[in-house]
Amino acid sequence: MPPPFAFSRQGGRMNRMEYKKRVFAYSAILPVLAIFIFLRIMPIFQNFLYSFFNSTVVNPTNDFAGLQNYIDLFTDTLFLVSLRNTTLFAVCVTVFSVSIALFLALLLSGKTSLGGLYETLYFLPVITPMVPVAVVWKWIYDPTYGLLNYFLSWFGVKPLGWLVYPDLAIWSIIIMSVWKVIGYNMVIFLVGIREIPDSYIEAAMIDGANRLQIFRYVILPLLKPIFLFVMVISTINAYNVFTQVFIMTSGPQGAPGNAVRTLVFDIYENAFRYFKTGYAAAEAVILFLIVLALTVAQLKSGGKKE
Amino acid sequence: MKAPSVIAAQVGKYTVLSIGVFIMVLPFIWMLSTSFKPSAEILTWPPEFIPRHFTMENFKTVFVTAPFVRFFFNSVLMAGVCTVSVLLTSSLAGYVFAKFKFPGRDFLFILVLATAMVPFETYMIPLYLSMVKLHVVNTFAGLVAPYLIMSYGIFFMRQNVIATIPDEIIDASRIDGASELTIFLKIIFPMLKGTAGALSIFAFMQTWAAFIWPLIITSSRDLWTMELGLGMFQYRFTVDLGPINAGSMLSILPVLAVFLLMRRNIVRGITMTGLKG
Repeated sequence: MPPPFAFSRQGGRMNRMEYKKRVFAYSAILPVLAIFIFLRIMPIFQNFLYSFFNSTVVNPTNDFAGLQNYIDLFTDTLFLVSLRNTTLFAVCVTVFSVSIALFLALLLSGKTSLGGLYETLYFLPVITPMVPVAVVWKWIYDPTYGLLNYFLSWFGVKPLGWLVYPDLAIWSIIIMSVWKVIGYNMVIFLVGIREIPDSYIEAAMIDGANRLQIFRYVILPLLKPIFLFVMVISTINAYNVFTQVFIMTSGPQGAPGNAVRTLVFDIYENAFRYFKTGYAAAEAVILFLIVLALTVAQLKSGGKKE
Repeated sequence: MKAPSVIAAQVGKYTVLSIGVFIMVLPFIWMLSTSFKPSAEILTWPPEFIPRHFTMENFKTVFVTAPFVRFFFNSVLMAGVCTVSVLLTSSLAGYVFAKFKFPGRDFLFILVLATAMVPFETYMIPLYLSMVKLHVVNTFAGLVAPYLIMSYGIFFMRQNVIATIPDEIIDASRIDGASELTIFLKIIFPMLKGTAGALSIFAFMQTWAAFIWPLIITSSRDLWTMELGLGMFQYRFTVDLGPINAGSMLSILPVLAVFLLMRRNIVRGITMTGLKG
């Protein structure tokens, strides 16, 4: 406890200033918080609430359904197909984009002339909005006149219906999505690799380690937290895939709907096409839980490191 | 003199990197090429990269026949409004979280940070229902609402205020009798210019690329954004590849321009935010 007289000399003035600070702080933060609560906190909680009701657009909480929506979900083939497709999509996009990005980052990490240019060009797909990119990839995948089939024809591959064959469609979207995120993952790895002190690598070289050993025993362990971060961010983003699926599966040249049906696509259709709001909210809860589990896993493993 | 193996390794490295770059850039070149081709040259085998007859017809179609001028204008307006709002709310809240003490501050801040990790898709349904209650479905207000604040922006601003603005400056201005609002507007905000620039770029790009929300909240074509317009048009008129690629070029252009001008900030900033395209 500080002695009270320490404050008494300037007390009046300080209090006045403190009061003004309070007034400013509250009048600045309260409107922002109000918007924040209305646009984020409330919907996040309402989504849980609505998932327990036979909700409609007009009356989200009129007809209590208990766990019925959740029970229905796990007998709903479309939902199960979506969940399976999305998981396959997320795992593949993450594994491929992370490993290719790490490889490219290792190549770019040293003193490379044109390194900045390479970085920029690899980053190009990342900053480009998804719709135009999906539009052009759909055209590249065109079975008759598509660029991809043309390149493959050089190697004697017969024309493939990339987005049309049900078994191939999801892989086409995976390839395109990997292409879109490689640059992002690569830049994060580059940041991580450049933070490793040169002396570590030099010391390993003096000890006679070869490139592979340096990677395995010096770079990789130091990169582990970043590696986990990239894996989790990639997986979370991939679980929310929607735009490219919507663009590439719609229209006469697109993929057959259910072959690449994903969770958010299923949520979108149930909520905004069939108006099964509560049911779609339950699906959104499942998505939320998946993302939450991934985030917690990352925080936990990250926490151990630090 | 370098040893042959070192040279070989270098050659290998640049070959791999260049093939990678080729794959990264190819779709853009293809889009560009298609957008300048007359329709007779688009569906050809083998495909050709350089149009034999350059034409502006596709761009004309996009602007004259299809209402893409409207879509473009909507996107600019939407991204503009949201960017200003994100900048304002993030810098105010970030500053207050960083430099003021009040009960519940840390709890509120953690709440903001936690919501930054929740994907939009998991709470868009209740948000839509709120918009129904407010009667703003299919209005501009409904379209921009979710993007008026950015949880990550508040966090980003707070971190930067803590890192770059010493308490002494604020206290000195207070002693000089400046009001809190003056301090924020005249002293704090100018010091945050760089950060504000980076944040406005993310906000702009994020809003520009928005797709699922415009898709569900708008029904009349007058409100469609560039991204939604493109999505809808390719859905209905798949065969019209020339105009759709021209439209795609136009939707990329603003983002590309900003990116090339401010490349360093963007790469660093986007990498930190976990922002997706």
